[in-house]
Amino acid sequence: MMTPKPERSNHKMEIVIGNLLRAGVITSGAVVFLGGILYLYHNGLQTPDYRVFRPAPAELSSVREIGKLAFSGQDRGIIQLGILILIATPIARVIFSLFAFLRQRDIMYVIITLIVFSILVFSLFSR
Amino acid sequence: MNITLFTLIIGLGSIVAGFLGSLTGLGGGIVIIPLLTLGFGVDIRYAVGASLICVIATSSGAAAAYVKEGFSNIRVGMFLEIATTIGALAGAYLALHMAAPFIAIIFGLVLVFSSFVSARPRDEMSREVKTDRLASALNMNSAYPTPQGVRSYNVCNVPTGFSLMFIAGALSGLLGIGSGAIKVLAMDQTMRLPFKVSTATSNFMIGVTAAASAGIYLNKGYINPGLIMPVVLGVLTGSSLGARHLFGAETRKLRLVFSIVIFLVAVEMIYTGLKGVALR
Repeated sequence: MMTPKPERSNHKMEIVIGNLLRAGVITSGAVVFLGGILYLYHNGLQTPDYRVFRPAPAELSSVREIGKLAFSGQDRGIIQLGILILIATPIARVIFSLFAFLRQRDIMYVIITLIVFSILVFSLFSR
Repeated sequence: MNITLFTLIIGLGSIVAGFLGSLTGLGGGIVIIPLLTLGFGVDIRYAVGASLICVIATSSGAAAAYVKEGFSNIRVGMFLEIATTIGALAGAYLALHMAAPFIAIIFGLVLVFSSFVSARPRDEMSREVKTDRLASALNMNSAYPTPQGVRSYNVCNVPTGFSLMFIAGALSGLLGIGSGAIKVLAMDQTMRLPFKVSTATSNFMIGVTAAASAGIYLNKGYINPGLIMPVVLGVLTGSSLGARHLFGAETRKLRLVFSIVIFLVAVEMIYTGLKGVALR
C-alpha cells in the first residue's frame, strides 16, 4: 500500500512547521510582554494575592470577550490575548500539517490530522 | 513584597523551569507547580492554570529548534495525538468532578517506577527493531541525525503506545501537567524510538495535548493574567536555552538528568497527593 518513505522526505515540511511555531511563540511573548509592562505600570506597587482562588472574571476567560478587552487596550486583556495566541500555536500547527499531508496526498494522515483538529475545536468552543 | 518584585522572582524561577522542561521533554509545568505552591503559597488552582499554559510555551518554544535538527517524528506524533487529545478532554472533564489527590499519588508511584526503569543504562547502537506491520502501515519508520551520520529506525508496539498516550493525555488534562514523562516512556521504552527522537516528539506533542484542555481551563477562570505573565515569559526564555543544549548533550547524560527530574517529580506528586488526602 505504502511506498517505502525516502529518508527525511518530510523534512521541508518539518522546518516550515518549526518556523510557524517559533513565529507564534515570539508573537505571543511580545503581546504578553507588552500587556505585562502596562500591567506593572498600573499595578506594580500593589501587593500580590494569589493565596485564595477566585476564578478569573468572565471577560478574561472567554475567547470573544478577551479580544474585545485587549483591543480596548486593557492590560490584563492584552496578556490574555497573548495567552490565546500561545494556545492557538499548536492548533495552527495541526492545521498546517493537514495541508502538508494533503499536498503529499497522504490520505491516511489527512484523516488522522482531521480527527485531532476536531477534538481541539470541540474543546475550545464547548463550555 | 509588591507585584513588581513578585513578578521578577517568578520570572527567574520560570526560566529555570523552562530550561529543565525542554531539556528533558517533560515540560515546564512540573517545576512550576511546586515553585508556585510550595515556594510562594499560591493557590494550587492558579498554579495548575499557569502550569498548563507554560506547558504549551515549553513545547512550542523548543519544538521549533528540535524540528530544525530533524529529531521529531511528526507522523508518530500526529497519530498518538488522537489518544492524547481525547485523554486530555477526559482528564479535564474528570477534573471538574473528581478530587485529584488519589490520582496524583498513583501517578507519583508510576513515576518513581519509571525513573528507575529509565535510569538503566542502555546501548543505543545495539538497538535493532524488526519491521512492525502496523508501524509500517502507518508509515512511522524514519531516520534521525547522529554524530556518525543519519541513522534509520523502526517503530513497534503501536497499540500499547497508543493506550499509554491516552493515560498521559488524561493526566495532563486532570493535573495541568505535560505528562511528558509518560509520553517519553511510551515512545522510548514501548515503541522503541531512539531516545532523542522520543524526547523531541514528546516535546512536540505536549503543546497539542495541553491545548486540548487549555480551552476548558481558560473558560473555568484558571488562567490568571497577572500570574501567568512572568511564568510564560520566563518559561519561553528557559525553554529556548534548553533546546539549544540537546544536540551536543550525550545521550547517557540526558538519560540521567531525565531520571533525576522524573524522580523528583514523583516525590512531589506523592507529597501533594497525600497532603490533599489528609485535608479531605
